[in-house]
Amino acid sequence: MKYVDEFRDGAVARGLAAAIAAELQPDRRYSFMEFCGGHTHAIARYGVAELLPPQVRMIHGPGCPVCVLPIGRIDQAIQMALDQGAIVATYGDTMRVPASQSLSLMKAKARGADIRMVYSAADALKLARQNPQREVVFFAIGFETTTPPTALALRQAAREDLPNFSVLCCHVLTPSAITHILESAEVRQYGTVPIDGFVGPAHVSIIIGSGPYEHFAEEYRKPVVIAGFEPLDVMQAVLMLVRQVNQGRAVVENEFTRAVTREGNLAAQAAVAEVFELRERFEWRGLGEVPYSALKIRPAYARFDAELRFGLGYTPVPDHKKCECGAILRGVKRPTDCTLFGTVCTPENPMGSCMVSSEGACAAHYSYGRFRDIPVVSVPA
Amino acid sequence: MCLALPARVLALLSADEAVVELGGVKKTVSMALTPEATVGDYVIVHVGHAIGLLDALEAERTLALFAEMAAAGDAAAAAAQAQAAAPGGGA
Ligand code: SF4
Repeated sequence: MKYVDEFRDGAVARGLAAAIAAELQPDRRYSFMEFCGGHTHAIARYGVAELLPPQVRMIHGPGCPVCVLPIGRIDQAIQMALDQGAIVATYGDTMRVPASQSLSLMKAKARGADIRMVYSAADALKLARQNPQREVVFFAIGFETTTPPTALALRQAAREDLPNFSVLCCHVLTPSAITHILESAEVRQYGTVPIDGFVGPAHVSIIIGSGPYEHFAEEYRKPVVIAGFEPLDVMQAVLMLVRQVNQGRAVVENEFTRAVTREGNLAAQAAVAEVFELRERFEWRGLGEVPYSALKIRPAYARFDAELRFGLGYTPVPDHKKCECGAILRGVKRPTDCTLFGTVCTPENPMGSCMVSSEGACAAHYSYGRFRDIPVVSVPA
Repeated sequence: MCLALPARVLALLSADEAVVELGGVKKTVSMALTPEATVGDYVIVHVGHAIGLLDALEAERTLALFAEMAAAGDAAAAAAQAQAAAPGGGA
């Protein structure tokens, strides 16, 4: 595929790995957090971890919207479908995330809940037009990439004055999550989770631009390199981060210039600003309540706000006792530190959210990295 | 969830819809977020919407940079190997 395959060339990847190795200072270690699940996926799938010198460690961050969605939010969606008889439309990725009472959206559907998988927010609107006698709720999740399409759908619903459409808004913001991680005890007490720099979001930055990351670099003295999701992009970003660390610099650099500008997509930002405003606090799985880290629907669009329309309250629900997703999302633990990994918890039967999406750390390691854990034993001749 | 792919704009259907080609597959997507895109452009498509344009010139520049970095890396690796292989080298 044009502009995809060229960024996966194996020979160039090995050359980049050698370039990284040549620049490392022999006496230090480098730890970089890749914020996005898209990077986690690429690192596992294309063996980037194996190509990187052992001195460089990649820490998986909380950048998968499916993984950070707390149980209490999925419960709300299930409640609307099961108790209020609404049609709940959602992206496929959220269907298998475990919720309370051993339910998930998929299992609720088996119990008779009307839950429909949609490909876009516009499809949810279509459902509302086709079912005028039913309430249709779009369970909207995602970072800054899926938010503008939800904003367009809300604008369109208002234009058509659709009486039976609403949105359960669970859109979250990337920059506040990164700040939260940098403020966390684990990172501040350097040593539990050392972070020397960030591989910054690719597609999120298409929308918001690279500008919003500039203050981390300045305030927290951490380099950020915005990088595309192909393996060569990630390797180039690591090289750029290594150079910044070596030179004692901490600025925002953009590896993904083919799609990201400093300002981002202004049309998308305008649509989002018209429909949404900041939420004071929002619970993230693994990070707890993060102030100003999510969006809610503006009063002008209140009639399309499912939380108001159905009088939904939010109840936080703790994760499965043994699931380590929370610690994994903060970069404190690795998937293999979880006793359920690969035995009780698999992509077919996930116990936690990190095993659901292919961009989750557990699923990525299960699908592509598992065999690295098995020591190679040579059979004596 | 956040994965999005570059697709080429084949035809503009209306003010905010277009047919794009994604790895041989044709799809109709919303162009409301990329009003400046025209036929022949590459756009990044996510959940049925073009969310941004792909700059072909910048893509070429990035690939050229990779090639340059990789060549420098290969040369450094070869030099290190030669040094290690040389008598008394690496000691
Ligand atoms: S392996 Fe499963 S249970 Fe363990 S942390 Fe990952 S998702 Fe949670």
